Amino acid sequence: MLVYLIRRLGQSLLVIAVMATLVFVAMFAVGDPVDILASPDADQRERDAIAKRLGLDRPLWEQFGLFVWRALHGDLGRSFVYNVPAVDVILQRLPATLELALTGLVFSIAIGIPLGVLAGLKPYSRLGRGIMSGSILGFSLPNFWIGLMLILLFAVELRLLPAGGRGPVVSVLGIPTAAFSLEGLKHLILPALTLALYKSALVIRIAQAGTREVMLQDYIRFARAKGLSRQRIIFVHVLKNIMIPVVTVLGLELGSMIAFAVVTETVFAYPGMGKLLIDSINRLDRPVIVAYLMMTVVIFVIINLIVDLLYAAIDPRVRLAEAKG
Amino acid sequence: MTPPILTVRDLVVTFGTREGVLTAVNGVSFDLYLGEVLGLVGESGSGKSVTGLAILGLIDPPGQIARGSITLDGAELIGKPEEELRALRGKRLAMIFQDPMTTLNPVLRIDTQMIEAIQAHERVSGKAARERARQALARVGIPSPEERLDAYPHQFSGGMRQRVAIAIALLHRPAVLVADEPTTALDVTIQAQILAEVQSLAAETGTAMLWITHDLSVIAGFADRIAVMYAGRIVETGSVVDVLETPIHPYTAGLIGSVPSRNKRGVPLAQIPGMTPSLAKLPPGCPFSPRCPRATVTCRTTMPAETPFAGARMARCHHPLTGEPLAA
Repeated sequence: MLVYLIRRLGQSLLVIAVMATLVFVAMFAVGDPVDILASPDADQRERDAIAKRLGLDRPLWEQFGLFVWRALHGDLGRSFVYNVPAVDVILQRLPATLELALTGLVFSIAIGIPLGVLAGLKPYSRLGRGIMSGSILGFSLPNFWIGLMLILLFAVELRLLPAGGRGPVVSVLGIPTAAFSLEGLKHLILPALTLALYKSALVIRIAQAGTREVMLQDYIRFARAKGLSRQRIIFVHVLKNIMIPVVTVLGLELGSMIAFAVVTETVFAYPGMGKLLIDSINRLDRPVIVAYLMMTVVIFVIINLIVDLLYAAIDPRVRLAEAKG
Repeated sequence: MTPPILTVRDLVVTFGTREGVLTAVNGVSFDLYLGEVLGLVGESGSGKSVTGLAILGLIDPPGQIARGSITLDGAELIGKPEEELRALRGKRLAMIFQDPMTTLNPVLRIDTQMIEAIQAHERVSGKAARERARQALARVGIPSPEERLDAYPHQFSGGMRQRVAIAIALLHRPAVLVADEPTTALDVTIQAQILAEVQSLAAETGTAMLWITHDLSVIAGFADRIAVMYAGRIVETGSVVDVLETPIHPYTAGLIGSVPSRNKRGVPLAQIPGMTPSLAKLPPGCPFSPRCPRATVTCRTTMPAETPFAGARMARCHHPLTGEPLAA
C-alpha cells in the first residue's frame, strides 16, 4: 500500500510538472501582454519599461526558472491587471464558483436519479425510451446554447428569473455567499441548471443501467418474496446499490464543474473563476491564467488521487494487482 | 382427509420471446397438504423453478400465467390484486432461492433485511422486530446472533447466508415454503445440516414445503411425495418410496439410474441419451419420446394423458414400466 501511495504521488508530481511547463510555454503563444497594458500611443521606451517591470524582457528559460522557483514557494506571481497576487484574485472568485458547482451538483442528482431509476424500471416503455433519448440531448446540446435558450425563455419571455449576474452577497460563517437569500437563489437557478444538464444526462444513464442490472438480481426477487412493498424495494434496495457508481462519477465530475464552469459563467456574466479566466485571457493577464490552470491541475490531481486511494482501500483486487505489479 | 393447503390446477406459464411464445409450464397440477414435503424434480429447463415463482406471483414480463388456478387455503391467487399478493408473500407463502451468495442484498445489514421482512407484515417497533430477528437467527443455528445482526452478507459463508435466508423465510411461520434448490450451491456436509434444520423447523411451524431440485438423492430421505417434471409437464407423481423403487415413467427410471451409488461401483453410470428438448421445438407427441428406449409410433404422435395408477400415483406414459393404469 505504501509503495502504491509513493508511486501514485510520484505520478501526480510528474503530471503537475509537465502541466506547468506546457501552460507556461503556451502563454507565450497567446500574445504579448505589453500590447494591452501599454497605452496605444506609448513609445518604445515606455513599452520597454513595462516589459522590464513585469520581467518580460528576460529570456524564456530564465522567466520559466523564476516562475518554477517562486511557484515552489507558493508564489504564482502578481496579476498584471489588478496588481495583487494572482492566487488572491482567484480565491476571491472561488466561493461564487463553488456555490454554482454545488448547486449544479444538487440539480444533476435531483434530475438524474429519479429519471434514471424510472427509465431503468421500465426500459421498454414509452417513458423509459423518452427519458433515454432526452438524455442524449443533454449530452450533445452545447452548453452555451442551452444557457442562451434558458435566458430567452425564463428571463426574456417569462420574466421569472434574472438573466445574469450574482445575487447580493452576505457573509455566512465567514464565507461570502449569495445562496441564502431568495434573490441570490434566483440568480443561481439558470446557470446551475445549465451546468447541471450535461451531468444529469450522465447520471440518468448510470442510474438507468444500474437499476436495470439491480432489478434482475436474486436479492430483489428475494425482497419481493419477503412481501416488501414496491416503494421499499426501489427506495432502499435498488437506490442504495446504484448510488455506488453514481457517487464515484459525480465525485470526479465535481472537479470538472468547478474548473470548467467557464462557458456557463461567461454566458450568465456570473462573477466566478471561469469568467475570471476568460477576462484574464482577453487582457493577457498571464499570471492569473497560469495560476488558474495550475490550481485546476492540482485540484484534479488531488481528486483523482483520493478516488484511486479509496478504490485501493475498498477493493481488495486493486491492492492485489498492485502488489504483483 | 383435510383439504390441501395449496392446490395447483392446469397451470400454464408462457414466455413471449423472439422465437415465439414458449410454454415453460404446461398444464401442471398438484396438491400440497399441511406439513407435507413435496419434491419437484426435473432437469434444468423443465419448468420447476417457474412453477415455484408462479405460486408466489413472481412471474415477470415477458412471462405470464396464461391459464390455470392456484389456491391457498381455498382462495384463488391468480388474478388477485398485487397488494393482496404482497400481503401473502413472506407471510403465508415464502420462498428461498438457489444461490445464497446473491439472495441477500450486499449493501444492507442483516438486521435491516430481517426487520423489514417483519415490518412488511406486522406493526411492531424496530426494537421488538430486532429481537425477533435475533431469535430467528439463533433458531437456524447461527452463533452469536446479536453480533451477526450488525454484519453485512459478505461477512457470512454461503451456508450461513442460506441459513439467514431460511430464517427470513420462516419469520412469519408461512403455510407454504417454496424452496428452489436451496442446497444445490452448498457443500455436501452443509447441505445435510441445512436439510435437517429446515425439516425440523418446518415440522415445528407446520409449514408445507415444495422442494424444487434436480438432485434425487437430496429428497430421497426428505420428501413425502415426488412430482417429476419434464419439458413443462409433470410426468409422474407418487410417494417417495413408490416412485424411487418402482418408477412408472421411463424418464423417472432414467433419472434414478443416473444417480451414482455404491452398488454400481465399477459399472459405467447410466445416462439418459440426448438432451432436454428446446421448448421452442417440442416433438408433437410425448416430449420424452426422442430419448425414450420404449418409445413407439404412438408416443411420437400422441401426447399421453395423466393416468392414475394404484397407490395414489399418476403418470403420463403410453408404455408404463410397472403397474396397470387404473380404469378412469
